[in-house]
Amino acid sequence: MGIGTDRKSIETALSESVILTQVDKVIGWGRKYSFFLYPFITACCGMEFMSVAGPRYDIDRFGAALPRFSPRQADLLIVVGTISHKQAPILTKVYNQMTEPKWVFAYGACVVSGGMYDNYSTVQGIDTILPVDIYVPGCPPRPEMVFEGLMKLQDVVQQERAAKWPRGEAPYKKRSLEKP
Amino acid sequence: MGKLIDMVRQKFPEAVLSSHEDFGDETVTVQKERIVEIMKWLRDNEETAFNMLMDFTAVDYLGKEPRFEVVYHLYSVTLNHRFRVKAGVEEKDPTINSVVPLWRAADWLEREVWDLYGIVFMGHPNLKRILLYEEFEGHPLRKDYPINKRQPLIGPDN
Repeated sequence: MGIGTDRKSIETALSESVILTQVDKVIGWGRKYSFFLYPFITACCGMEFMSVAGPRYDIDRFGAALPRFSPRQADLLIVVGTISHKQAPILTKVYNQMTEPKWVFAYGACVVSGGMYDNYSTVQGIDTILPVDIYVPGCPPRPEMVFEGLMKLQDVVQQERAAKWPRGEAPYKKRSLEKP
Repeated sequence: MGKLIDMVRQKFPEAVLSSHEDFGDETVTVQKERIVEIMKWLRDNEETAFNMLMDFTAVDYLGKEPRFEVVYHLYSVTLNHRFRVKAGVEEKDPTINSVVPLWRAADWLEREVWDLYGIVFMGHPNLKRILLYEEFEGHPLRKDYPINKRQPLIGPDN
């Protein structure tokens, strides 16, 4: 029995020792179970994030255990809490410092849409300044909702192709509002 | 009439414009030109001894005259009593003398009122925005600031 050129005969011949797959799938599988979080926490949703990260709900079950407090070592930016216009350039800077591939998780109503703050100070959803991969509304969201969102993000990451990266810098730069 | 109101009225009969003690909170409204003098007396007099400025804020009564009112909440740690002092500030001359020389706590509180209401505190050592960014134009807690107006530092206009 020689080794054939078609995939089926290779699998038959080496079924005890070799698994055939695609590189993208292996990489996606590796990435989705090893998120390194950067928790960008500004407000009350942070309390719920502690619950998510703590032992009762335990985000470690999804492989996303380790918050890195340097954006250069993180690949999942979790934006937790209201983002004000004063804060927005800082958030963009953190995003730009993260290494590719990177994903953005919008955690809570304020981050998704501005929430109840329709006023002079609040960014009306961080998707106006950053590309966002997953939206989890709620004020704050229950940990179950966060895990639902995380699992949906894992599905997305599993199906990504290498061509998606690098994504590049955030689309906006800080503008000069200096008076003439 | 409340004891503190009596004392202030006796000491500054022409400076006190009105007073009330609704809900047990003794309150006087005074002429803004005399504010530092009255505050200094309230702090240093042994029977009042208001050694703490608990809070300081402002109100915008758009359409009334004077348009703004600044509100001082005083507390005496030694005598455990409280007092509220108000002063009207006109729109065309939105200035009042600073009380930072009397209470250091007034520093950030007056900066906040400048930031959000645009009332200028004469003699303040460092009167600049405290909550908003330097590039912000206008004072958002004024009632005529448009509720939908945004001034983002980054991103699209709205």
